[in-house]
Amino acid sequence: MIRKLHRWPGLLALALVTLLALSGAALSIFPSLEYLSSPQTLSDQTVADLATRIQSALPGVEQIKRAPSGRITAYWFENGTPGAGIIDPLTGQAIASADPNPVLRWLTNLHRSLFLGDGGRIAMAVGALAMLVLSISGTLLVVRRVGGWRRWFAPLRGPWAGRIHVELARVAVLGLVLSSLTALWMTASTFDLLPDGEVIPAFPTETSGETGVAFAAMERLASTPVSELRELSFPYPDDASDVFTLTTNQGTGFIDQGTGELLAWANLSAMQSLSETIYMLHTGQGAALLGLLLGMMALAIPAMGITGVLIWLAGRRGRPRLHHNAPANRAETILLIGSEGGSTWGFAATLHKALTEAGQTVHATALSAFDPSRYGKAKRILILAATYGDGDAPSTAKGFLDQLATAEVLPNVPLAVLGLGDRSFPAYCAYAQAVSEAARAKGWPELLAFHTVDRQSAQEFARWGRALGTAMGAPLELAHQPVQPATQTLTLISRRDYGAEVQAPTAILRFALPKTSLMQRLMRRGFGRFQAGDLIGILPKGSTVPRLYSLASGTHDGFIEIVVKKHPGGVCSGQLIDLALGETVTGFLRRNTVFHPDKSNTPLILIGAGTGIGPLAGIIRGNTRKRPMHLFFGMRHPDSDFLYGSDMPGWQNAGQMTHLRTAVSRTARPQYVQDALRSEQSDVIRLIREGARVMVCGGRDMAQGVSEALTDILAPVGLTPLMLKSEGRYVEDVY
Amino acid sequence: MKSLLATLALTTALTLPGLAMARPVTLTTQLKNYSGDGAYLAVYVTDPQGAYAGSLWMAGRKSKYYKHLTDWYRFTGGDTAQINGITGASVGAGRSLKISLDLADALFDAGYTLHIDAAVEDRRDSPNEISVPLTSEGAGTAVTGRSYIANFTYDM
Repeated sequence: MIRKLHRWPGLLALALVTLLALSGAALSIFPSLEYLSSPQTLSDQTVADLATRIQSALPGVEQIKRAPSGRITAYWFENGTPGAGIIDPLTGQAIASADPNPVLRWLTNLHRSLFLGDGGRIAMAVGALAMLVLSISGTLLVVRRVGGWRRWFAPLRGPWAGRIHVELARVAVLGLVLSSLTALWMTASTFDLLPDGEVIPAFPTETSGETGVAFAAMERLASTPVSELRELSFPYPDDASDVFTLTTNQGTGFIDQGTGELLAWANLSAMQSLSETIYMLHTGQGAALLGLLLGMMALAIPAMGITGVLIWLAGRRGRPRLHHNAPANRAETILLIGSEGGSTWGFAATLHKALTEAGQTVHATALSAFDPSRYGKAKRILILAATYGDGDAPSTAKGFLDQLATAEVLPNVPLAVLGLGDRSFPAYCAYAQAVSEAARAKGWPELLAFHTVDRQSAQEFARWGRALGTAMGAPLELAHQPVQPATQTLTLISRRDYGAEVQAPTAILRFALPKTSLMQRLMRRGFGRFQAGDLIGILPKGSTVPRLYSLASGTHDGFIEIVVKKHPGGVCSGQLIDLALGETVTGFLRRNTVFHPDKSNTPLILIGAGTGIGPLAGIIRGNTRKRPMHLFFGMRHPDSDFLYGSDMPGWQNAGQMTHLRTAVSRTARPQYVQDALRSEQSDVIRLIREGARVMVCGGRDMAQGVSEALTDILAPVGLTPLMLKSEGRYVEDVY
Repeated sequence: MKSLLATLALTTALTLPGLAMARPVTLTTQLKNYSGDGAYLAVYVTDPQGAYAGSLWMAGRKSKYYKHLTDWYRFTGGDTAQINGITGASVGAGRSLKISLDLADALFDAGYTLHIDAAVEDRRDSPNEISVPLTSEGAGTAVTGRSYIANFTYDM
C-alpha cells in the first residue's frame, strides 16, 4: 500500500515535480544574491532618518519599500516621469535600477503557474501535493527498509539505483516536506482559502488639513527601526487630506502629514504573521541561507526521479503481478519471499498462480513482512528465498532471521523452505539453508525437506512442486517460465555427429547468426554480443519451459554453436539431435558472465567431460592471444565421442591450446577426468601457484569428482577449491 | 456585454435614478510595454464631492492583491461585492483592455470622475493612475497614465 502511494504519485507527477524542483532550486539563489548586493542599513537607523535622507535626495518620492533581504527601494516622480531605484540608506540616493529581474520573474512564473495562470497554479499545487505524498510514503519505506527510525542513517546495500535513491532521500526529505507544505499553504492563501487577509485600519475621516511636519517629528517613524519597515507611502503632493501610510512587520497605520500624529493603527493578525513566516520559509526571502539549503535539497529530486524510475523498471521486469493475492488472515497458504533481484518473485508468482488455480487461498508477501499473528487460517507456510552475496539475507528478507530467533510463538503449521541460487557461488543457497536450520532448531514442523533450485532451473522447480503437491495431497504442476527476452529463430547450418557407437548420440550443432536490424540493436533486442560460456535458451516445440545450453562460440566466430547429447526421453535434446540442416529452432540468449574467461594472462585449466567440452572449446577457439590453456577432457571412447577431436591438433599447433589431457571411461583401464587431474598433480599445483584459474563444465557428478580431486591435489599446498572459488579462480558450469 | 449591463445595474452604486437614460460607452485602456507581470486595474467613479460612486471594472482576480490598488481599497475597504460580476483577468504589459458598458446619462457633464488604480507585482503601486472627468466633450480624447497606462479613452 505504502509502496503504491510512493510509486504512482512518483511516476505520474515526475515531470511536474522535477520542474518544480529545478525551478525552485534556481530561484533559491536569488534571495542570497539580493542580500549580498543590497547595501545594508546601520543597525540603529530609524524610518524617520531614512525617509528624511531619501526625500532630500529624491524630492518626488511617493513610496519606500524594504524587502526582507534588507534591500530598500524607492518610487518617485520627477517632472512627471516615474522613477524607481534601489536606495543606499546612508545617503538616500538611488544607486541602481529597481526594475524587477526578468530572469527571476520568468522563473517565478514558471515555478508557480507554468505561465498558465490559475490552471497552472493548481497544476503546480498538485505537484507539491505529490511531493508531500512522496516524502511521507518514502519516509515510511526508508524506515521499513533500514529497520526502524533509529537506523535512519544506517548503511545501505543492494543495487546502486536504490541506494542512491535512499541516500538522497533521507538527507533531502525534511527540506522537501517543508517546501511542499509551505507551497500548499501559499496556494491556499493565493486562492483566498485562508483567513490570512491583511487587516488595514479604516481610513481616517478627519485629518489636520495641514502639511509639512518633519519626519523626525513623526513619533511613530522616529521610533521604528528601518529593520522593521515594510513600506512607507507618501500622501499625494497637493492633497492636504491625504496621509502617510506606514506598514511595519507589526501592522499598518496612517500618520497625519501636518501633526505627525498616528491617526489609526491595526496590528497584523496571527494568521497573517503565520502566512508571512510560511512565505519566508518557502522563498528564502528573509532567510537566504535556509533558501539555499532548500534549493540544494530540491536538486536531489531529479536524481531521485531517475533512480526511482530505474527501480520501478527493474522491479517491473523482476516482480510479476500477483492476481487474487489473499489477505494474510484469510489465506490457507502463506508464501514468503526473500528476493534480491526479483527472479525469486517470478518463481513465487508461478507457485501462487498454480496454488490459486488449484482452489487454494494464497497470501504472498516479502519474507521481511513475516507476521505469524495474522496467519490464523494458514495450513502451511512456504518460504522461497534467494541469497545475497556471501550468505546474507536478500533485500526483501531483512530482519527475518532475527524475528525468527526472538519469536515466542511460531505458527503451528508445517513449513517448507526452497532455496534459489547459483551453484557456481560458494555460498549456494546459504541464506535459505540458514532459514531452514533456524526453523528446525525452533522446532517448527517440516512440510518438506529443504530443497534448492540452481540457476532458475524450471525443471528443478517443477520437481519441488510435485513433491509439494504430494505433501499437500493434491497434484501440483509448476510450469515456470523465467522472464525471457524476445526469442529469435535459429537455422541449423552444419552438424557433426558423435557417440552413436556408445549409445550416446551427441552432436555439435552450428546455427547461423540471426540478422539483427539496426533498430533491434538499438533496442537491445535480438542476440547482441555474446561469447563462449554464455547460455542459449532453446524452447522445444510443444513446451514453454526453455532448456539452457552453454554456447561454444562467440559473436566473432560468426555462428552459434552448441553441443547436445540426446537424453533418454529428453524432449528438447531429442528435437535438437533430430534437427536437419536448414531446419530451425527458437531460442534466446542469456548472459552468463561468471563463466567467461577473465582478461588476465595467467594460465587457464579447463576441465570438461562429454558435452561440457562445448564452452571450453569455444574459449580455446577464441584464444587468439595464446594465453596458456590446459584442457582436461573426459570422454567415453576416442573413436566415438571425441568431440572437437579433429580441431585440437590445429589449436595446439597455433598455440591456442598449450596442453591436452584426455580421460577415456570405456576402455580396459577406465579413467575419468578427475583421475586425469590426479595423475598430473604436480603440474596442476604448479599452474595454480602461477595464478591459474579453473573452469569446470559438465555434469554434476563430474563436477563433484573434480572438486574432490582438486581438494586432494591442493591439500599439500594448503589450498582448497573453496578458497579458489572465493577468489573467483574456480568457476563451474554444471547441469 | 449585455449580461454585464444587467449585473452592473444591480450590483453597483451607479444604479442612479436616471439609469433608464443610459448610453453605451467603450473604455479602452492601452498599457505601456513595461517589464513585469500583468497589471491589476481598478476602474471606478467618484462623485462631484470626490466620494466613491461605484466600480466599473476590476482587472485581476486575486483579492489578496487588491490592497495595492490603494485608493480603490481605501474607498471600498476591499469589499469584493463592489466588483461582483465585473471582474476579469489582469492585463499584460503592452496589451489593451476594452470594456463596453451602458453608463447612466446622469454621470456625464455632472462633475463625476473616472479613476483607474494600477498595480504590478514587485513594482510600484500606482493609485489614481488615470483620473479623467466624465464629459461629453472629453469622449474620444486620449489621456496618459502616470506609470503603466500609455493611453486611456472613453468613447460614446
